[in-house]
Amino acid sequence: MTRPTEALHTQEMLINMGPQHPSTHGVLRVLLRTDGEVVVNARPDIGYLHRGLEKIGERVTYAQFMPFTDRLDYLAGMNCNCAWAWAVEKLAGIEVPERAEYIRVIVSELNRISSHLIAFGSFTADMGAFTPFLYSIREREVVNDLFEMVCGNRLTYNYARVGGVSADLPQGFLEKTKEFLDYFEPKIDEYNNLISYNKIFVHRLANVAVISAKDAVGYGLTGPNLRGSGVKFDLRKDEPYSVYPKLEFDVCVGTGERGALGDCFDRYMVRINEMRQSIRILRQAVAQIPEGPVMAKVPRLFKPAAGEVYFRSECPRGETGFYIISDGTTNPSRLKIRTGSFVTMNIFETVTKGLMIADIVAVIGSFDIILPEIDR
Amino acid sequence: MAIFESLKGKFGDAVAELQSEAVRPPFVVVSAASLPEIARLLRDEPAMKFDSLMCLSGVDCKDRFAVAYHLHSLALGHRIGLKVFLPRENTTLPSVDAVWPAANFMERETFDLFGIVFTGSKDLRRILLPEDWEGHPLRKDYKYPESYHGVKL
Amino acid sequence: MEALALKLMSAVPALAGVPLWAMTLLVMVVVAVILLVFALTFGGLGSYVLRKVAGDIQVRIGPNRVGPYGLLQFLADGVKLIMKEDIIPAKADRFLFALAPYLVFVGSFAAFVVVPFGVGLIASDLNIGVYYVMAVTSLVVIGVLMAGWASNNKWALLGGMRAVAQIVSYEIPVGMALLPAVLIAGSLSLQDIVRSQGGLLGIFGWNLFHNPFTFFSFFLYFTAAQAETNQTPFDLPEAESELVSGYNVEYSGIRYAFFFLAEFGDMFVVAALASACFLGGWHVPFFRAETLPGAWGNLLSLGAFLVKAFGIVLVMMWVRWTLPRLRVDQLMRMSWKYLVPLTFVNLLGVSLWLLVFRGKGIPQLIASIF
Repeated sequence: MTRPTEALHTQEMLINMGPQHPSTHGVLRVLLRTDGEVVVNARPDIGYLHRGLEKIGERVTYAQFMPFTDRLDYLAGMNCNCAWAWAVEKLAGIEVPERAEYIRVIVSELNRISSHLIAFGSFTADMGAFTPFLYSIREREVVNDLFEMVCGNRLTYNYARVGGVSADLPQGFLEKTKEFLDYFEPKIDEYNNLISYNKIFVHRLANVAVISAKDAVGYGLTGPNLRGSGVKFDLRKDEPYSVYPKLEFDVCVGTGERGALGDCFDRYMVRINEMRQSIRILRQAVAQIPEGPVMAKVPRLFKPAAGEVYFRSECPRGETGFYIISDGTTNPSRLKIRTGSFVTMNIFETVTKGLMIADIVAVIGSFDIILPEIDR
Repeated sequence: MAIFESLKGKFGDAVAELQSEAVRPPFVVVSAASLPEIARLLRDEPAMKFDSLMCLSGVDCKDRFAVAYHLHSLALGHRIGLKVFLPRENTTLPSVDAVWPAANFMERETFDLFGIVFTGSKDLRRILLPEDWEGHPLRKDYKYPESYHGVKL
Repeated sequence: MEALALKLMSAVPALAGVPLWAMTLLVMVVVAVILLVFALTFGGLGSYVLRKVAGDIQVRIGPNRVGPYGLLQFLADGVKLIMKEDIIPAKADRFLFALAPYLVFVGSFAAFVVVPFGVGLIASDLNIGVYYVMAVTSLVVIGVLMAGWASNNKWALLGGMRAVAQIVSYEIPVGMALLPAVLIAGSLSLQDIVRSQGGLLGIFGWNLFHNPFTFFSFFLYFTAAQAETNQTPFDLPEAESELVSGYNVEYSGIRYAFFFLAEFGDMFVVAALASACFLGGWHVPFFRAETLPGAWGNLLSLGAFLVKAFGIVLVMMWVRWTLPRLRVDQLMRMSWKYLVPLTFVNLLGVSLWLLVFRGKGIPQLIASIF
């Protein structure tokens, strides 16, 4: 008879999580090496949604690239639209009418709310509570209706233009926005009561995948993921662009209120709190927006002088940066897109060591990644 | 710019020039061999403290390749670019993922799409394209394949 | 069964010539069919109610296309599930794969035998009723593990492993939480347990109000039983967002339907046991159903029992759509570190109470003052 220690032969198990898995938020494949339920190693494999946007960027003109930016992050199309417009304007030195800038800020912040709503909803669905997801969809619907008023589209907007926006705000839009804000603000408390401080939910998230501030900076995390680690950095504040300097808001950071600073719960809470700040920004922007034109005089085919620019803006999933090299023709000679989700995936393998399978889902959800942004 | 001057003073010829004409942020052009050293200095020097690598991009300048590093200092709030030029026939340069861990994925992406090899990287594999993909699509002389595993493209 | 057959034969002269064994068998089959129809109907209508409740909680409408108010949705679902292709993965263990769903279903359906639906309405009043339920519902473990293993799918295997760990762990608190009712009734038979709760206006006799420990015991049982039957927030074996669908990921068509029915069967058994052991079973509050003439007493008590059981099922659905899921280590910790000790202490408390107050509960004590 063999002794029990010899009889117990254990073996690591290789599991393919994805590319089709309900909780990978798209076609992400994670190669899990597990010891039972404990993950020894989780290696992300990306690229299933690679469409070569950077190569496409070299083939089309600056204005033509606008609809492609919608597909960069389909949950925050407006933010990407505006980021591209700002980048090209910076490259070509185009002045934009103030009303257009306000409109861009309004739609960006609305889109930030709707994107964070999806982040919140899908995250709770990943944690096994499906109900909050539908609550968040209910509110997002209103934002989509507002965007439909503005540009006729509900998902891929193609609204911003180099030099302004494609159309002025329709009548009644600002009133409807105000109505939405008044309706939406109490809903955040509802979410908190419903799920945020639920004991099971907190236990699932607190102290899971803790990222120190130093690691967060070193690994290039941006946006809510960086702020979740307690680093107070927001491009809207620290590298202000557009009319953000005229608007008052606070930068939300993780506080470690339910566990170690920089855990999944902190990242989650940053997004919840940012929705409040977006409401604040929107209230001011709606009150301040001036009358005037919404489009600068920009020729349809323009040739920016040869040069390079790196412009980055605060998108819901972190910093979206466009590195454009112009050689004086109508097309960019090189376009590099730096996205928050792509860089965030870099730290994934490091933070998931020793977690459990259920935590992998929590980490993916707390990073709020989106695959078209990772693969471009 | 002060950073360029101090780098020039420390590394001499390894730091070639400062590109600031129509380029934002300005770039310091350095040689490939001295890159890790310069990177480490940029990160650790109290007056510079570039703790964050925002973006790492490969560029095909037709006659040669360039790798551009956009750096940002969260501590001090300033930005700078580093640029390394590589000849077309020898596309290797040292990796900086030991300095900025964020570099790893971006280096893999640059390797994948440009074929620029980062020596000393902790994990350099194709990232976006399949392992057996031929060629590097973002090169200007990239030939589009007709088919992939029998699938017409 | 034999008694019922004898009764029938003496009541209906035409049946007098039939041998006793055949009559008994016939009665058995009829009772089994009635229970099966009940289980299937409960599974079907339960799924409709589940989806309607989900719709209501989740600010949407729920099924409303098939039939009035979507009531026939379950028929459409059933037809769809039967018509669907029955896929068996190429590398699956075909025999075990095919067997598993039936085993799971049998495990949950067999428990219906001892459910005391009403006065005299019980398929078989086993004198080991509670013990029998615990035993047959454990069969589910084997079925689930079989499904997980035979599917030859790692997610399914993980789901199966989780199910085994979970069900085996939670058997203990479930059993311990039911024991107070057994102690009070002095019998393992579920009918006896229900009968013991009949006094005092039919509501203060409930074990729930017997003493503080039994009150507590009810909630311990409810929590542990939810875990034992893999209901959210303890639905780890099927954890849709983690294990895709857990042990039943490879199943389709009618085999999947059996898992589904077993889940609803489990839900009902848990609710039935909770109401039989703590909520007075078929006792109607403020009324003695046994005293009614003819079948009325049976029907009224059946109604009371079903109302109580369905009420608990509704609470389970409510919990299901409200809470997020625990992690597997938290689940284990909850069982072994909290529920097991608590149920033991609870059992001790009930025993001491019964010893000190000579088997009288608080309501009886109060009543004895007047």
